[in-house]
Amino acid sequence: MAGQRSIDDAPPAYFDAASAAPLHPAARDGLAAALADGWADPGKLYAQARRARQLLDAARAATAEALGIRPDELTFSASGTAAIHRAVDGLVRGRARIGPTVVHSTVEHSAVLNAVAAHVRAGGSAVPVEVDRAGRVDLDAFTTAVGGPGVAAAALMSANHEVGTAQPIAGAVEVCATAGVPLLVDAAQSVGRVPVPPGWAVLTASAHKWGGPPGVGLLAVRTGIRFAPTLIEGADPEPALPLVVAAAASLRAVLADAHAEAARLGPLIDRVRHVVAQTVPDVEVVGDPVDRLPNLVTFSCLYVDGEALLHALDRRGFAVSSGSSCTSSTLQPSHVLEAMGVLSHGNVRISLHRDTTEAQIDRFLAELPGIVATLRAEAGVVDL
Amino acid sequence: VTPTGNSSGTNNPSGTGDDAGSRAADQGQEPDEVLDCRGQRCPLPVIALARRMAEVPIGTVIRLLADDPAAPNDIAAWSRMRAQQYLGSPAPHILDIRRLT
Repeated sequence: MAGQRSIDDAPPAYFDAASAAPLHPAARDGLAAALADGWADPGKLYAQARRARQLLDAARAATAEALGIRPDELTFSASGTAAIHRAVDGLVRGRARIGPTVVHSTVEHSAVLNAVAAHVRAGGSAVPVEVDRAGRVDLDAFTTAVGGPGVAAAALMSANHEVGTAQPIAGAVEVCATAGVPLLVDAAQSVGRVPVPPGWAVLTASAHKWGGPPGVGLLAVRTGIRFAPTLIEGADPEPALPLVVAAAASLRAVLADAHAEAARLGPLIDRVRHVVAQTVPDVEVVGDPVDRLPNLVTFSCLYVDGEALLHALDRRGFAVSSGSSCTSSTLQPSHVLEAMGVLSHGNVRISLHRDTTEAQIDRFLAELPGIVATLRAEAGVVDL
Repeated sequence: VTPTGNSSGTNNPSGTGDDAGSRAADQGQEPDEVLDCRGQRCPLPVIALARRMAEVPIGTVIRLLADDPAAPNDIAAWSRMRAQQYLGSPAPHILDIRRLT
């Protein structure tokens, strides 16, 4: 079978930027420079400390500028997940007098859903808002939910990490402004790639999604927002200074290229959507075909085992992700695919980045139909 | 987990298959036959349903027993893709589907 052939003839292709993008050279340079020059404790009163403090301040200023906010509105967290937990906690505690309810879409990242679940376990409440077949939140239902009594906060992601569909952030901003409810935007998949509409109250992001180092989350809280996170000393430490410098340097670098990269990767994704649907029988390409992330596509192959498909692709040098239940530690299917009502088995997500080449996409599109056909033949489902 | 279902796919549920050739039934949703796929992981229940659906007359309601967490979603999605009618889940691990085409 195809999967047992040698992959010597083709270099591997990493298509899982939505989990972690390969480290940008600017991040590597920034990390090395900060390790050489910013190793001192920035809180001390000598030349080495001042140099470290300058690096940290410059990194904060550059990152804040990239997000369109003031430096004092930005906090660095140990991860994107930590930033999200702090965001939800800070909003619900800051607005406890207004009410206990958090409104959120059903396709939020599990970090948001877990933070909301923790809030519910602590006595709060939550109103999930459904999405359509493309994974886009129902803005009318969102409006109704946000306008309900006792809403402390609303959470809506900028674009979905599993299917790429962009959410109507500009509309949600308006709705929340009218209702006087702060909007939390998890922008992990957008920051560094596509602009996020302004007007949110709180925004979170994660450096390793844009090519920065792992271990750096961003939490932006606009001035005037009631925000009172639980303060447990040491529970959410700031990342090490060199990591923050590397994150800032890489964000500046990816933003400089973001427009061109979106213009380069967008058509590659269009091609994958079109060609996969044409060449693989019984495949469902999901997510919004137009209003979406420029670098991500998801499809499901009927009657194919997702884990077997991932392994077969891996043997051919393709690193991809899947929302199929057999590939998850809990054996639960993706809550995103379920919320959309699309096939969850045989699912493949590919997410591209600055190192992705057209030749890699060509090879993927050339090999995928045979790989799927082989798996279907092995399972005896070809004529179903 | 090993499959515990009837691997050949079909059997008649006691009390529904005995007295009626094809029971058009009380609420229009009484199953004509039962397919036991408990213990099977997706996509196996979907494959079993697709195989059996091709063999039964149009109008037949198949009751699929499946405890894989992905089964309700994937059976509903399959029904949509294959233009069959997903009738819903009257109880946990029970899914009813009618052959339309």
